[in-house]
Amino acid sequence: MTIKSAEATVSEATATGSQLVSLEPVHKRNVGTDFLPAMFENISVNLSAAERRIATLGARRTVKKAWQAAWLIRAIECIDLTTLAGDDTPGKVERLCAKARNPLRADLVRALGLGDYKLTTGAVCVYPMMVATAVKALEGSGVPVASVATGFPAGLTPMKDRLAEIKFAVGEGAEEIDIVISRRHVLTGDWVALYGEVRAMREACGEAHMKAILSTGELKTLSNVYKASMVSMMAGADFVKTSTGMEAVNATLPVSLVMVRAVRDYLDFTGQICGFKPAGGIRSAKEAIAWLVLMKEELGHDWLKPDLFRFGASSLLGDIERQLEHNVTGRYSSADRHGMA
Amino acid sequence: MNEIREILDTMDYGPAPEDDKDVRAWLAGHEDGFGHFVGGSFTKAKGESFEVHNPANGETLAKVAIADAKDVDRAVNEASKALKKWQALSGNQRARHIYALARHVQKHARFLAVLETLDNGKTIRETRDIDIPLVARHFYHHAGWAELCESEFPGYEAAGVCGQIIPWNFPLLMLAWKVAPALAAGCTVVLKSAEHTPLTAIAFAEICAGAGLPAGVFNLVNGAGETGAALAGHEGISKLAFTGSTEVGRILRRQTAGSGKKLSLELGGKSPFIVFDNADIDAAVEGVVDAIWFNQGEVCCAGSRAIVQEGIAERFHAKLRARMEKLRVGDPLDKSMDMGAVVAPVQIREISAKVEAGIAEGAKLWQPSWAKTISNADGCFYPPTLFTDVAPSSTLAQEEIFGPVLASMTFRTPAEAVQLANNSRYGLAASVWSQNLDEAFDAARTLKSGIVWINATNLFDASAGFGGYKESGFGREGGREGMLEYLTPSWQKKAKPLPGSDPLPAPVPVPGGGNPGLDRTVKMYIGGKQARPDSGYSYPVTGKGGTRLGEVGLGNRKDIRNAVEAAHKASAWSGMTGHARAQVLYFLAENLELRAAEFAGRLAEAGASSSAAKREVEASVARIMHYAAWADKYDGAVRAPDKRLLTLALNEPWDVIGISCPDQAPLLSFVSLVMPAIAMGNRVVVTPSPQQPLSACDLYQVLDTSDVPGGVINIVTGDRDTLADTMAKHDDVAALWYFGAGQGVEMVERESAGNLKPVWTDNGKARDWFDPAQGQGREFLFRAVRIKTIWTPFGV
Repeated sequence: MTIKSAEATVSEATATGSQLVSLEPVHKRNVGTDFLPAMFENISVNLSAAERRIATLGARRTVKKAWQAAWLIRAIECIDLTTLAGDDTPGKVERLCAKARNPLRADLVRALGLGDYKLTTGAVCVYPMMVATAVKALEGSGVPVASVATGFPAGLTPMKDRLAEIKFAVGEGAEEIDIVISRRHVLTGDWVALYGEVRAMREACGEAHMKAILSTGELKTLSNVYKASMVSMMAGADFVKTSTGMEAVNATLPVSLVMVRAVRDYLDFTGQICGFKPAGGIRSAKEAIAWLVLMKEELGHDWLKPDLFRFGASSLLGDIERQLEHNVTGRYSSADRHGMA
Repeated sequence: MNEIREILDTMDYGPAPEDDKDVRAWLAGHEDGFGHFVGGSFTKAKGESFEVHNPANGETLAKVAIADAKDVDRAVNEASKALKKWQALSGNQRARHIYALARHVQKHARFLAVLETLDNGKTIRETRDIDIPLVARHFYHHAGWAELCESEFPGYEAAGVCGQIIPWNFPLLMLAWKVAPALAAGCTVVLKSAEHTPLTAIAFAEICAGAGLPAGVFNLVNGAGETGAALAGHEGISKLAFTGSTEVGRILRRQTAGSGKKLSLELGGKSPFIVFDNADIDAAVEGVVDAIWFNQGEVCCAGSRAIVQEGIAERFHAKLRARMEKLRVGDPLDKSMDMGAVVAPVQIREISAKVEAGIAEGAKLWQPSWAKTISNADGCFYPPTLFTDVAPSSTLAQEEIFGPVLASMTFRTPAEAVQLANNSRYGLAASVWSQNLDEAFDAARTLKSGIVWINATNLFDASAGFGGYKESGFGREGGREGMLEYLTPSWQKKAKPLPGSDPLPAPVPVPGGGNPGLDRTVKMYIGGKQARPDSGYSYPVTGKGGTRLGEVGLGNRKDIRNAVEAAHKASAWSGMTGHARAQVLYFLAENLELRAAEFAGRLAEAGASSSAAKREVEASVARIMHYAAWADKYDGAVRAPDKRLLTLALNEPWDVIGISCPDQAPLLSFVSLVMPAIAMGNRVVVTPSPQQPLSACDLYQVLDTSDVPGGVINIVTGDRDTLADTMAKHDDVAALWYFGAGQGVEMVERESAGNLKPVWTDNGKARDWFDPAQGQGREFLFRAVRIKTIWTPFGV
């Protein structure tokens, strides 16, 4: 097995040159592979070493001043601004979409010299019943709508209903589908079943990009996380995503480390590219930077853009707005100075 | 495009320098130069001095006075003056002082971190997150030992004034490792800082003054090798502790030979980093970063030899190269750097020379694509470097580089991995990467090194001993075992010197005397067989009133050589359970008791009164039973630095110990020395009392009947010092116990410098072998083992 430099391989395919940074999806979609157990069955992830890597990673890299501002802008561009609540209404979703179009106060955008820079969040993420509202609200903005599907969050509804739900959301205009995997397949080691399930969901997605939510907080071990990531990618996932946001433990950096290393190995083995989305519990600008550092260090520059990296978050944006105001003014900001979603 | 736009394109990190203005103000306040810290205050900086440079840019940071012999003398005198009062304090009172030092280090943590980075060139991340917190931790831990010293170490007292010499790679941390246990034990200190990096030690001296440490308890002198030599050679110190190169360690061993100073040496290494094929490879790659690109590779325990299972080597190296591309080398004060500056230009030259030698030897060099952009014009920077296709026999695999250079080789089987790992004169640390418990622990047990990290590297804690096997030195720093380096058995201070031995009679036939019965043949005992002396000479042994008791072989260097070989072959003894060894010892006691009358007779012939002879045999039987009892009980300890770290302090045998017995109590002293050694799994080459060897020689018949395997105890008779000289110079003898008079002590300590085997002596003092407080117990057991600390992080 030969290993290509992840960064070099991907960069060749990246369109650059225009004045603005290209944030359009430029990578060939992952089409998956056959079910190849050799790619994951012998893996064993060492928890302590993963934790140590994460503990020192935050201490090894930092960004200050203009760099911090730029990195936080990039974090905004990678946010899947999310509402997944039982009390969501069209009004709530429209407010969210408005925020996605204009995530940062205009005077701050200008102060940062980004007046003619089209700053939006990466996507808006809602339940299937809210997709149509969101699509309408975002019309012309270029911000895609992502929908959770497949019996989110537990995924324990009949397969035909789960697939039908995907098709419904796609039909409503969702360009991205966040599916949940059956955790029981992982916990019982039934990798063939997991592969088959994700493969079927990918087919149901059609042109829509598919993010596979692993619910890592329920898979418990890092070895399970690695294997579930690898099987999902083999089955054609465009992104692997940590959590629904509904588990007791959601996105953590050690889990993310293992998932991005799986993405890296998958690229090494197959030459195909997969994105990564941590979701749930990411609330501070500081955490957002930590995740971006993780992507840059473990994967590379190309995973610092929204076509390969997203945050699933609802309250993260608010903290980033306050930090950016501080960056501009030198004064610590308060939440009520920034428009809510 | 504005700045932020550009950054959005590159997503670079940008500069993130740590503010150094307060440290610079402190340096500016000392523009006139630093003196020494003696008797609680700083001396004026006068006389010869040296400049301290910032290795990151070559600037001069400070001027520091060089301590000459007079300065050292003053410092030692102040430490001696302070000793009595410091020892008179209660443990609690000393604990309060050490606790105050810990607190002060924490209060000034960032100041010390920035100063260390400026002085040494290591990154602020390391000084801030590793060095300084470990310094505080060390003082806290040893505040506790001060509190507990009296109750935990009964029968021991403070060694006295300590001379301590520290290296430049972890300046303040090495100071803490030396100073904290010394103060806790009740010793006072004269410390010599490293000439490249004296500044944090100076700041620490200010802290001592500020924290109210009594004057003279801690003294600091600065300078280079000559200052160190003056300190090491000073008659006023009772203990010398050194961390540095093996070369200087050897010099100090020779210099202090026969001086009665306790010595601990923490020296070089070429530590293996073993990656098995079922390891978490990404974790192991990150481990390499922490092993050899930590502190620019200027780490005595750096994992500098990667030993990778052949089947995964290509993938491992590919991942490693990708990881190396991501490393950042530059301004040490920048918070986003992985590596800072190498300590000085001379070190860059040494690293470069060894790298050139490696290329010339045919190893394959790889450096990241950005390596050529590193400039040495202003600062001492060296890129991370990987050598593959390294032959075990090459310079790269054998010699310490002390720079960011990894030499990688492959292995086929677990046994071969350990064999390659042990193929070194060093034995400081080892790192083992495997997700298989059996594989990992098997390697950990068979590696010859003082520290083994399983699925980790460079973990340190004040509660766990740190120190090496083989030419990596002896003595431990940290934990209970580290405290013992600063304590002396109380009886020794009052003991009288041993009388010098009479020379052996000429090895020629002597007329007269003769045995009325059948002639008794006394041979040597090697590999479980009786052996004639290689020399073909025997010397007469005489007893009470000059009666000739018999003749014994005059052993020579070849007999020692044969005995050492036999001892090495008996390695199965070390693999036996403590229980099995205990049974052999009990049986030995039983069989000796059966022949008690005969042995008492032998001792009486030799000159003991009949009641004394009887008492000696009884004591010998009891002593054997004492160590039979210990054989399955002196079994190490669990250290607890973290609940998810299983940290074991294992007592391992030395393999082969050379023992030179005294003439006093010839049977009892022989038994008192040999039994703890073999109870702990060692095999011994022992020279019995040269004047009265017969009782020990008779013992081999008892050994034979007691199932002591051949080669476990090898007895060579002859002149003590001649034979000890050979054992001291024998590289396959791991430790030497010499219980002769002072002159011999000087000789064996000097000659042991070759392979730096630890030498245990009584400094020519007479030990009362009949007194259990002196003749048996933990002191002997502690000497009979070397402690291996195994760290195993775990968790799912």
